[in-house]
Order: sequence, then structure tokens, then C-alpha cells
Amino acid sequence: MSERIVILGGGTGGTLSANRLRGMLDDDVEITVVDHDDDHVYQPGLLFVPFGLARPESLVRSRPRQLHAGIDYRRRGVERVDINKDQVHLEGGAVLPYDLLVIATGARLLPEETEGLAGPGRLPTVHTFYEYEGAEALAGALAAFDGGRLVVDVVDMPIKCPVAPLEFCFLADWYFRERGIRDAVSLTFVTPLDAAFTKPVAARALAGLLAEKGIELVTEFNTGSVEGGDGDDAGDRLVSFDGREVPFDLAVMVPLHGGAAYVDASAGLGDELGFIPTDPHTLQSTVRPNIFVIGDAAAIPTSKAGSVTHFEGEILTRNVARFLAGEELEPGFDGHANCFIETGFHKALLIDFNYDTEPLPGRFPAGVGLPLLRESRLNHLGKRMFAWLYWHILLPGRDIPGVAAAMPHASKHVPATTDH
Amino acid sequence: MPTVTYAGTQVLVNEEGFFTDPEQWREEMAPEIAREAGIPALTEQHWQVIKHVRHEYELRGTGPTVRALGKTSGVSVKELYELFPKGPAKLAAKTAGIPKPRGCI
Ligand SMILES: Cc1cc2nc3c(=O)[nH]c(=O)nc-3n(C[C@H](O)[C@H](O)[C@H](O)COP(=O)(O)OP(=O)(O)OC[C@H]3O[C@@H](n4cnc5c(N)ncnc54)[C@H](O)[C@@H]3O)c2cc1C
Repeated sequence: MSERIVILGGGTGGTLSANRLRGMLDDDVEITVVDHDDDHVYQPGLLFVPFGLARPESLVRSRPRQLHAGIDYRRRGVERVDINKDQVHLEGGAVLPYDLLVIATGARLLPEETEGLAGPGRLPTVHTFYEYEGAEALAGALAAFDGGRLVVDVVDMPIKCPVAPLEFCFLADWYFRERGIRDAVSLTFVTPLDAAFTKPVAARALAGLLAEKGIELVTEFNTGSVEGGDGDDAGDRLVSFDGREVPFDLAVMVPLHGGAAYVDASAGLGDELGFIPTDPHTLQSTVRPNIFVIGDAAAIPTSKAGSVTHFEGEILTRNVARFLAGEELEPGFDGHANCFIETGFHKALLIDFNYDTEPLPGRFPAGVGLPLLRESRLNHLGKRMFAWLYWHILLPGRDIPGVAAAMPHASKHVPATTDH
Repeated sequence: MPTVTYAGTQVLVNEEGFFTDPEQWREEMAPEIAREAGIPALTEQHWQVIKHVRHEYELRGTGPTVRALGKTSGVSVKELYELFPKGPAKLAAKTAGIPKPRGCI
């Protein structure tokens, strides 16, 4: 009997694993991808929209067109998964049985979980660039902003692309300088972490950059609510659970993230945040052996990023093929993440790390490669080229020449004392 | 590695005061650890959180984040900050004798 693979989500991870699997498996294995809409957004591009550096329409392409021939596409919302019967229930009542399920439904923004961030009480001074409409609206708000306090606030971890809020700060500094009003704007980065970033060596480099650009850093701030002043805009502020306040004239918020809503409706599938418990090395879920997880949906200790999803793709698809053939899985994923950090003025920084090794200075992927943890124009070009790589290399499921799924160690400077 | 004495027993802690061996922890030690962290007395609600934190640690090998605590401990995030001011996840972990929660990357 032919086997049925169902892939939930047709974003970065769903698309690239469907394409990779189609190339690896016999034609009698059916592959179906399910997503609730047809618009595939290149999410890293959202960072540039508020500054007028990218047009939002240019970031969107047809979802089904990114899938190779021989892959079925179902445009339907997922309502729940019955992990005991191996069935996916779709909105409208249809049921999809599976032999093997790949979960690639990413992370969902949950502004409604923070007081004052969603619904009728939301202030007109509160924005986000983490989704399409938000990024577009923020472009208007930034253009109209001609002085005052701008704060960028991460409500809590985990978030997609943890460097994106820092990049927003750096670009805001550049943007207001270009407009000649930097002196009239104060910039503040507010984070729940105890440093600018999660990893010590990179956190120090990034904190240095913030200071150099005159961006204030507020740490260990767990945002409890966003509150408005009486009447006019004056008095708007972030309030932390321990009672501290950060006043603002324009707030750029990164809301709480959780897994897709259907996970909560699927008994036994997800953890308390809606992410799927997953083996960090094989990418097989720990809830059922015939469920595998890729990308932001997985509860594993690495960044929620497109580059991570790409590296996972290679290991996940090999393990799916092994599973179908009854072979032992390969614990091949090392948590490899590789992120360009746009720092403004046509420069960027590059960081490269995995489960065990924090981002270090050096060169990537080898001695003559891109400089790590150091601002350079080359890295900025790398970041801009990522969009092309995304549509033409990552999604079709190809490997990037010279860049392996496993993190490279050579050509990195390992410090004498690491302070983990 | 530093050692400290709680409830008359020497235990190993790291530079930040978190237990390095959770097996060494006893319930009698919790009130002393809490006092050091600025919590004068442990109420029933404190204990609910401490027990939950230890249970989660045994299950998953790391203590829960504030957000996870708010969803699973039966105590809301707001109340958690009243019980363990400044940092519920860290303070509850310290009082419960488990390592500092790894948090998210
Ligand atoms: C502002 C921003 C900047 C970023 N910058 C970078 C960067 O510079 N570098 C980088 O590597 N990464 C970056 N990322 C992160 C990157 O975009 C994600 O990590 C990546 O897209 C994750 O892929 P995924 O397949 O897990 O999820 P997604 O690509 O988000 O796909 C999930 C899919 O599931 C579908 N879905 C969800 N629920 C349902 C349901 N109930 N029924 C049907 N379908 C459903 C969604 O429609 C979606 O298509 C950024 C993200 C943002 C928001």
C-alpha cells in the first residue's frame, strides 16, 4: 500500500520539506501540504518595510507555486489533529488520514495575551512589524514621527528571529539620521532578558553597538501592560509586572508568541505554549513516533529562524525517509543557526552558533568567508541576498553551496574563558 | 564551587546561588533560601509554586519560565510577581533548589 505523508503548514519549513521529500521518495508515496491561505510571505523582509526599504507586496508569492510537481496542496485551515487515530481534521469537516505527519505550522502572535496590546483598548501609538499589515501601518507611523521617545519592546521569549528587534533599533537610528532628526528622537530597547541577547559574547558585542548608536538598553523588563495617558498621547507607557515604567510616544512591540491555535485543540500534541515537544537531534516529536516537527513549531532550544528551518530540513527529510524504511533515525541536528544582523548604514553583522557553541568572532563558513560578529558591508549584501536564496535555494529544498547543516568550527576564535 | 549551609546541611551552589545538585535540597531549606532572596515567609501559595517548579524540573530537566509558570502552576503571572518579586522564574527555581531556568534562545 502507498504511504501518505501530510505536511501541516506551507511556509518555510512545510514548503522546503515537501520539495525535498518529493525528490527523495518513490512516486507512490503521497505528499499533501495543508495551509489556510495562498500567500507565502518572506518574513525577514518585514523588517525593512517600516523604513521604506521594501515594498510589502514584493515580499509575497503564491504558496502552491513554490511546491514541486507531484505534491498535493489543500487550502484549508487545520482544526485539530487526532494523534491516536492518525487523522487531521480540517475546517469544514474534511478528514485527512496520514501515515506520517510533518508539523510546520510555525509560531503565532498573541497580542491579546498582553493587556493593552489588542482589541479596542489598543493605543494608536502602539505598533508591530512582526506581521504584514502591522509592518505597513508602522511605515506610515514612522514617516509621520518627527520627534519623541520611540521604544522597541520584546514582551517575552520565545520570539521569531530574536535579533530582529535589535536590527529594528539599528535601522531606526540610521533612518532618523537620514531624515536629519536623530537629535529629536530618543531610542530605547526594552527586553525581558538580562542582556541585549541570549548568548554572552554576542550580547556584549550587541550591547556595544547599542551604546555606540546612542540607543538605551532596559533589561529584565517583563511587560505586564501597555497603558495610555488621559486624553492625549502624553503619558503612554509600558508597565512591567514588577511595577517599573517606560514612557513612550511610539511603541514598536514584539508580542508574545505561541504555537498554532489548532495545537491547543489537539489532545496530547503540544506544550503549554502550543509548541510541539520534539527530540532536538532527530526532529521526531516525542508525542508520537510518526509525527516529525520542523521550524518555529518545535519546542527545541535553538532560535526560531528561517536559517535554522533550512538546516533542519536536511536532517528531518532524511529521518522521515529512514522512518518509512523502518531504519534507525540519525541524531544529526546540532541546533545550527546563522543570522545576519542588519546594523544600518549598509552594514551588517553575522552570527553563527548551535546548541553547544555560542556565536564567536572569526570567519564564516571558512577562513576567507564573511566576518563573524563584526560589522561589514559584505554581510549587508549577504542579508539582502538572503531573499533571493530563500525563493530559489531554500524553498526548492537545495543546499547552499559551501554551507552545511552542521555548524562549522574551524576559522572561529574560541575565547580562553567562556562564561556560560 | 562555593558551598553554603541551609538547615544545618552543606550544599553546593554556583556563583549566582543556584543549587548545582538538586538532590541535596530538602523542604526545610526553602524558608532560609527565600529569606536570603528577600522573601520573609513562605505562604501556601509559595509552596504551590515551589512544588510545581520541582515537578517540572524532574519532568523536563529545566525549570519553567515565568510565562510557562503562569499557564501551568495555577498562579497568574501577576500573582507570581507578588510572591517572588523581581523574577519569579529565577527566585522560585533558587528556592526550590534547582538550576537557573535555561529560558529561551
Ligand atoms: C519580522 C521577522 C523577521 C525575520 N527575520 C529573519 C531573518 O533575518 N533570518 C531568518 O533566518 N529568519 C527570520 N525570521 C524568521 C523566519 O521567518 C521563520 O523562522 C520561518 O519562516 C519559520 O518557518 P516555519 O515553516 O516554521 O513557519 P512559517 O513560515 O511561519 O509557516 C507556518 C505556516 O503554517 C500555516 N498555518 C498556521 N496555522 C495553520 C492552521 N491552523 N491551518 C493551516 N495552516 C496553518 C501558516 O499560514 C504558515 O504558512 C523573521 C521573522 C519575522 C517575523
